[in-house]
Amino acid sequence: MGRRPRLAVFKFASCDGCQLSLLDAEDDLLAICDRVEIAHFAEASSRLEDGPYDVTLVEGSITTAHDAQRIQDIRRQSRFLMTIGACATSGGIQALRQWGQIDEWVGAVYARPDYISTLASSTPIADHVAVDFELRGCPVNPHQLVEVILALVEGRRPRVPSHSVCLDCKRRGNVCVVVARGQPCLGPVTQSGCGAICPTYDRGCYGCYGPSTPANLDALTRQFESLGHSARELVPLLRNFNAAAPDFRRASDRLQTALPDEGGGG
Amino acid sequence: MSEPELIRVPILTRVEGEGGLTIRLRGRTLEDVQLNIYEPPRLFESLLRGRPLEDVPDITARICGICPAAYQMSSVHALERALEISVTPTIRRLRRLLYCGEWIESHSLHMHLLQAPDFFALHSGMELAQHAPQEVKRGLQLKKHGNRLLEVLGGRAIHPINVAVGGFHRLPRRDELADLIPDFEWGLQAAVEATRWVAGFSFPEFTGDYEFVAVTHPEEYPMNELHLRSSTIGDIPLDDWRQHFQEEHVAHSTALHAVQLPNRSSYFLGPLARVNLQRQQLAPTARRLADEIGFESPCRNPHRGIIARGLEVVHAYEEALSILRDYHPKGPARLPYAPRAGIGAAATEAPRGTLYHRYEIDDEGRVVTAQIVAPTSQNQRQIEADLRSFLKDRLTQVTARDQLGRESEQLVRTYDPCISCSTHFLKIRWEEA
Repeated sequence: MGRRPRLAVFKFASCDGCQLSLLDAEDDLLAICDRVEIAHFAEASSRLEDGPYDVTLVEGSITTAHDAQRIQDIRRQSRFLMTIGACATSGGIQALRQWGQIDEWVGAVYARPDYISTLASSTPIADHVAVDFELRGCPVNPHQLVEVILALVEGRRPRVPSHSVCLDCKRRGNVCVVVARGQPCLGPVTQSGCGAICPTYDRGCYGCYGPSTPANLDALTRQFESLGHSARELVPLLRNFNAAAPDFRRASDRLQTALPDEGGGG
Repeated sequence: MSEPELIRVPILTRVEGEGGLTIRLRGRTLEDVQLNIYEPPRLFESLLRGRPLEDVPDITARICGICPAAYQMSSVHALERALEISVTPTIRRLRRLLYCGEWIESHSLHMHLLQAPDFFALHSGMELAQHAPQEVKRGLQLKKHGNRLLEVLGGRAIHPINVAVGGFHRLPRRDELADLIPDFEWGLQAAVEATRWVAGFSFPEFTGDYEFVAVTHPEEYPMNELHLRSSTIGDIPLDDWRQHFQEEHVAHSTALHAVQLPNRSSYFLGPLARVNLQRQQLAPTARRLADEIGFESPCRNPHRGIIARGLEVVHAYEEALSILRDYHPKGPARLPYAPRAGIGAAATEAPRGTLYHRYEIDDEGRVVTAQIVAPTSQNQRQIEADLRSFLKDRLTQVTARDQLGRESEQLVRTYDPCISCSTHFLKIRWEEA
């Protein structure tokens, strides 16, 4: 038997929820530990080993010059690098800063902005280094996370579907919140993974798995507008956890141009 | 004069989020200790401005992946106060139930995977699973129950989607909740056993002269409301929060330090503070267990906070069971409201301590300003004070730098710091007391 693959987890700007998903895979956690060697996972272990790593999970977005350097080093040490979650894959909620004024935003929070070093952007990992696989979600689905790790260990393709939430919602037998109640729902343009939980709990999808492929945002937002939802209501719906994902960003910018002059991220 | 010697713990492990420690020594004399929080700022209080108030519970959840329900609870309570609405008894009980799920999940994680390895000189919960397989498996099972409850009631465990200003998007059906009862009956007993297990650890001797602070309610163990209680100054009306507490910005941290006015003193939040202040309000099984294991009152050893965490898991199971057994959905899932300009604040008890939110909203229902004061930014100054007191003493006994670093890290870990959380701050008003 060969050696176990070495797994590393690294965090950038994020809430910790995606790496916590690994600890949340309670039933599978100890089994995964038998299949991989956890070489660097600061949230779970004080034993922090140097690279190279076979599989590296990266959570969070790049928001500082230091982190832009750090990800380069991590890439060099990683054979297979996978991003986990919306921050690492599209810049996360903190990417809303691109629609604001960063100096003013920092000044509004910190008494001493000179102590703070942050970039005017929050960018996905793939803007900085080559990424081998992106797992979507805010947060990621723990079952998908386990599936991808096991697939890598077994040398097969991970089974992670890319269809829309809308399809999962139909399979669950939910009544459509758009058709039945005229609520805006991003299910038709959002990638599967959550299990269509929002419509199951009587609310519209807010897109935390990011745009599906393809995603016809123009048609969907026109439909919402014809149902009486204003651009002012739809812009914040598109500008949340995947605001900077290109399809969502283009759609929110298009709607924004129809609005009278407004600042901020919403 | 020689340069001071530095002990650096570059990255604190088995904590949520990323920070480090710097200890500055001159010979056997301690010059300074800093808890360095380098977690990049995400500027939540700025990005919330201009958003519809309905977005606030979904967005603030993302401050912390380990206690998202706490952010949702503090935000909806604060916004409901601004809107001047009060929720139905059904909604109120379901919110406590949601919090029970988060306490069980977060506390079980901290007890078994984050803190317990320290008592066995091991590096991780995974290593502990080789040493104490039954106890770790039981801990993971408890954690799973907490998550399962969050999933049923909240839609998912991390960043629940069912919490709304005014209530929930959908009330759970009776059968959905009733299905959890058998697991929770087993879990209550298992939580008692887990607490007995941690109470048997051998604890470092260290105590502090703390001011404990927690939410207080006349009839309930502190969770969702109402006012605040301090072991030093007594009860503090919620509306006076800003007269008593203030945050300061220091160079070595992206998290603000909270201090108690007027002396800018540190204070202590979390399970130990709650049990010390309101032990008599623990559910009966938890209260009896505290007496039976001889848990001192008040307990001033932060390492023994793991026992308080265990007692709260027992409490959360017991309270959850009573809500689950007695659940009959009644009234609307969510109360309607008309947008109105206003200001509202609320404090609730996140697993690791009091979480304060304050919002100003405009007459179109948009956020004008947001203030979020996380438990770890409030505990941060206390953690540094503890490290100073611990090291001053310890330096006379131990010289090995790696051991001092390791023991310091253990002390930090007792607070269950949530570093991602603490990196969001309010606008500071500079007022000299």
